Amino acid sequence: MTDPILTTKDLHKRFITGSGLVGASTTIHAVNGVSLSVNKGETFAIVGESGCGKSTLARLLLRLLDPTEGEVVYDGQDLTKLPAGEMRKLRSQMQFIFQDPFSSLNPRMTVEAIVGEPLLIHTKLNRKERREKVADLLRKVGLRPDYADRYPHEFSGGQRQRICVARALASGPKLLIGDEPVSALDVSVQAQIVNLLEDLKDDFGLTLIIIAHDLSVIRHMADRVAVMYLGEVVELATTEELFQSPRHPYTRALLTAIPVPMPGGRGPMAALGGDIPSPANPPSGCKFHTRCPHATDICKTTHPALDTAGAHQTACHHWQDLPAMGADAVATAPRSAATEARFALYREAASKAANQ
Amino acid sequence: MTAAVTLTADAAPAPRRNRTWGKLKKNKSAMVGGFVVVAFIIIALLAPILPIPDPTLTDWGKIRLAPSAEHWMGTDEIGRDILSRMVWGARASLMAGVISVLIAMAVGVPLGVIAGYFGGWTDQIIARATDALLAMPFLILAIALAAFLGPSLTNAMIAIGLSAVPIFIRLTRGQVLSVKTEDYVEGARAIGLGHTRIMSHYILPNVFPPILVQATLTIATAIIAEAALSFLGLGQQAPQPSWGSMLATARNFLSQAPWMALWPGAAIFMVVMGFNLLGDGLRDALDPKEN
Repeated sequence: MTDPILTTKDLHKRFITGSGLVGASTTIHAVNGVSLSVNKGETFAIVGESGCGKSTLARLLLRLLDPTEGEVVYDGQDLTKLPAGEMRKLRSQMQFIFQDPFSSLNPRMTVEAIVGEPLLIHTKLNRKERREKVADLLRKVGLRPDYADRYPHEFSGGQRQRICVARALASGPKLLIGDEPVSALDVSVQAQIVNLLEDLKDDFGLTLIIIAHDLSVIRHMADRVAVMYLGEVVELATTEELFQSPRHPYTRALLTAIPVPMPGGRGPMAALGGDIPSPANPPSGCKFHTRCPHATDICKTTHPALDTAGAHQTACHHWQDLPAMGADAVATAPRSAATEARFALYREAASKAANQ
Repeated sequence: MTAAVTLTADAAPAPRRNRTWGKLKKNKSAMVGGFVVVAFIIIALLAPILPIPDPTLTDWGKIRLAPSAEHWMGTDEIGRDILSRMVWGARASLMAGVISVLIAMAVGVPLGVIAGYFGGWTDQIIARATDALLAMPFLILAIALAAFLGPSLTNAMIAIGLSAVPIFIRLTRGQVLSVKTEDYVEGARAIGLGHTRIMSHYILPNVFPPILVQATLTIATAIIAEAALSFLGLGQQAPQPSWGSMLATARNFLSQAPWMALWPGAAIFMVVMGFNLLGDGLRDALDPKEN
């Protein structure tokens, strides 16, 4: 499991907006020094709030955007330095699935043209062979091959996402990046697409990178997880470790925010005050210090580097001290008396029901 | 995969093309407009085989005759049959309308796509030039160009076409800017397509409906422009007929032979209205928001 397919080194992406003749331009630091490595055959997840730069990072990984600094190494080649023609050829090996299946399919192309297009440009198959391959791919993603002549608007969201998956698989990729591939779908359809991706991953020997904000999807799919905050990776660990023993206070806050389908089943909510600061004007030191319940003076002045020594990497000055600081107790917002009373009633009723 | 099969079993709505036609069919004024346009096109196409006299045949014994059984629309100042000249003139007018718009689209649409797709300096140069041209009134520009190229129907069509180019650049560019942000365009890059294929297969088909509407409306404007140029002697050259030059001559005889002006005026009015109604109908039919 230590055979990396994709590695990034100190990756930065800055967007400059509002630069006109008058008025100052603002620089948005969307991705700030991300170094990570994705191993062959694993499912790697990137999580974070909206606006934390995870979609930008996904686009940098495939060079759909050019990074401002840093490098992306795929299979020994630095993508950022590859000439455009070479890059286009290499794209057959890495594919992208978008969040919104309603805007990611060309409405003027038939399903056959959509799914067959990567074959047209990356292989030398003739028309008939392409048609057969398309039918084959449609079957693999759970669609009827006779849908090949229809247009995207004739399909539901889940079906469209299956078409997207079929198109992504057509060129025989080794790496598949999904930018929130299920978050635009109904929950029941989400499960189908998640299962489909997992099956296909085994069948085709894919490496998956999943961008998401839904932690339950990640817990189900991913082998390793990177947590992002304001363009930086703040914690990186195997899924099991991250969910069992999260280190970074931000990760802790995220995990306690997962809804549990039973009243009282969730522990008390960790209070994460305020909004995510603007990436145009990020806080000094540790970028999380404005919202962190454990922040001290050092957090305000010194930026904590991601400790890349072990398998479980954390960017926090205090993670080792957090349990001693009574992290969970401090992070807890007390429930109101009325809520407590309702929970007491609920537990009473639940225990009665259990005893019968 | 049983779940998938049940999922895909639901009925799909009718394809977009049929929906557009269905909506257009229900629009009465668009159908009237379409009918008028088609009727004029058929008449223009049939000109050589219709049992009408030569439009340039003069008869000094029959000048400025009022409409009669022999000459349905009367005769002009040198005894030519006006019906015949109207039919042959329809060819010049419709051809000028259609060909000049085709010229405008052939130049304007690619430039608009390139400007919108690539952005940056390319866009700045094309967009500024377009703005400069749009600052000049369409007809003035066409007259200036036609005068520069020399009087003939072909040159008039080129002049009108070039004058209409900025309209198409601006429309196309605006459409491209909105289509460009769609995920499927980024997706096309992600699978490794080159710029040419993205522009031809992803951008162009998706910006085309509003361009088609604009083209229909511009044909009407171009027909008026051709009439104006011919009226000024910069278009169709005598003795070949065109509605504009017929109007120009008729102006001298308005009190003695008003029918000479009536027919070409009415024909221009009807064709222009036909194209406008058709264009409006197309715009409504192609608008996905209206059902």
